[in-house]
Amino acid sequence: MKIVVCVKQTPDTAATVTVENGVVSWGDAPLVINPWDEYAVEEALRIKEQQGGTVAAISLGPEDAREALKHALAMGCDEAVLISDPSLAGLDSLGVSAVLAAGVGKVGDVDLVCFGRASVDNDTGIMGSQVARRLGWPALTLVSKVVSIDGSSKTIEVERMLEEGRQQVSSTLPAVLSVVKEINEPRYPSFMGIRKASKAEIPVWTTSDLGIGEVPSPALAWPEIYAPAKVETKCEFIEGDSAEAIAAKLADRLLEEKVI
Amino acid sequence: MDFGLSQEHEMVRRMVRDFAAKEVYPGIKEADRNQEMDPQVLPRMGELGILGICIPVRYGGQGMDYLSLGLVCEELEAVDTTLRVVMSVHTGLASMTLLQWGSEDQKRRFLTPLAKGELIGCGAFSEPGAGSDFSHISAAGKRKGDSYVLNGEKMWISLATKADLAMVTVRTNPEIEKASAGLTTFVVELDRPGITRGDIHGKLGVRAGSTGWISFQDVEVPLENRVGEEGEGFKVTMSAFDSGRYTVAAGATGLIRAALEASLAYARERNAFGRPISDHQLIRQKLATMRREYEIARLLYLQAGWLKNAGERNTLETSFAKHFATDASFRAASEAIQIHGAYGFSDEYDVERYMRNARGAMIYEGSNEIQTLIQAEYALKERQDKPLRMEMPAYDAEIWQAG
Repeated sequence: MKIVVCVKQTPDTAATVTVENGVVSWGDAPLVINPWDEYAVEEALRIKEQQGGTVAAISLGPEDAREALKHALAMGCDEAVLISDPSLAGLDSLGVSAVLAAGVGKVGDVDLVCFGRASVDNDTGIMGSQVARRLGWPALTLVSKVVSIDGSSKTIEVERMLEEGRQQVSSTLPAVLSVVKEINEPRYPSFMGIRKASKAEIPVWTTSDLGIGEVPSPALAWPEIYAPAKVETKCEFIEGDSAEAIAAKLADRLLEEKVI
Repeated sequence: MDFGLSQEHEMVRRMVRDFAAKEVYPGIKEADRNQEMDPQVLPRMGELGILGICIPVRYGGQGMDYLSLGLVCEELEAVDTTLRVVMSVHTGLASMTLLQWGSEDQKRRFLTPLAKGELIGCGAFSEPGAGSDFSHISAAGKRKGDSYVLNGEKMWISLATKADLAMVTVRTNPEIEKASAGLTTFVVELDRPGITRGDIHGKLGVRAGSTGWISFQDVEVPLENRVGEEGEGFKVTMSAFDSGRYTVAAGATGLIRAALEASLAYARERNAFGRPISDHQLIRQKLATMRREYEIARLLYLQAGWLKNAGERNTLETSFAKHFATDASFRAASEAIQIHGAYGFSDEYDVERYMRNARGAMIYEGSNEIQTLIQAEYALKERQDKPLRMEMPAYDAEIWQAG
């Protein structure tokens, strides 16, 4: 079974994000693998361990965006590829999906593409579906469990976690999977994996390597970015002689503040 | 001079930091209050390869260098000292001593399962009546045919009740004039008849760890468990301390960092006189001191690690690092409490635990008074490193990583 897992390099979730003059900054916080993608890597590795095959990690980003790929390699991925090209800067998700789909195509004979539910920076959560649409493969999103997968009969059955409950879905392969964090507990990179990852040469594919003539111009623009206004909170104690009196006072205050 | 860490080092740090934050930090206050070691800690550290980090792959280890060991200790003690103590005794005192002094047979039989975490090791050196004055220990070993019979008591032994084997130094020659020349070290399986052991409770700090005593009563240990030659025990033990002290130094550096990070966060959020207390000069001074001392401690242990990698003796440099970092970690933790005010005095915050944990390291692995004496002896040229029969091997990535 040939599996591709798409990972993104994002700022650490502990980073303090600030906006100044329309520019978003996370200071000197380290860049890490998007935490959701760790679950995707873990699931890809588990499927590989069960079914045999290989897992390739692909990331789209600037030249120095290798942390996420190194992390994926250290967890146990067999290979990693960085898709990087100056013409790809500022791309929206629609454009990124076209590039990633071309990347999956270049890997070739792929049975399964895994994504995390969303990236913690842009948080669109639609990349899995978009890439599936581009490839013309079934999109299995919000997957909380892979019930069964069979490389020889090219079938997969998964459980999806929806607001209304859980849904069992079966599909043919190749397919695109996006996973939620309930699916597994990602492993730590092993020391041997770390050694392998730090020595690994990560090839860079440009748009011409992928056969993309013209990069789709973004349909989505960010005309203005500003930090949400700081919410001033204050604490008020409501006192009274009895629970009823306190409740009545509380109700009055809430009405006054137009909360109820 | 290159002060940079490799990408491999950075990844090791992050992996160990994640482990400690995810798996140990959530339960640490409870373990500390209960004075019980979380039974999952040792097996998990073994499974993840942390226990064998700097041991060659062919002896079951992970094949990383000595700097990695230091970085691991810094990350572990930034969460809790008990984790680093495991590295000090299992990896520093036991595994690395076997790596340096052990026979090939001992490396196969003892070092390999230690590095894999299948067995847990410790160092049984201190006694109720002798710690700093190590050459005057009184536990005795008597040769009897192809074995030795050990008698005596070892005290303040970390992992005494958790370990499967211990490095034990005893007096085998009471006649010899130079007391230190009469000592011999053994690797002893702790299930041998005649061994009893127990935990010590009521310690000021490191309460989530295990510290205890081991008593030997007519314990027969075969000749093939002797580490080094008869009479080499003092040298073997001092080598063990060169390894153990390094882990203590690196760990204490992590404790400074933890105290600093907690103080920075609290100083920014706590208001007094209408401003965050981080705006007040006397608080800033404390923060600056912690930050500076973190930097000094870090450079000192990395220097020792670099010397270890190069295969150079580092008794003096390791002594600097251990002495400075442990004193500074206590200062940092105490100042962190001061910054937290009354809250710092309660165990709602971590800083009081940091201070209690920091205190022990000024005493163990060679008290800081002994470190001062060592440094003075080097300064006065009364002490010079003589070549050892068995030196700690320099780190060689190719050899370490070969299967």
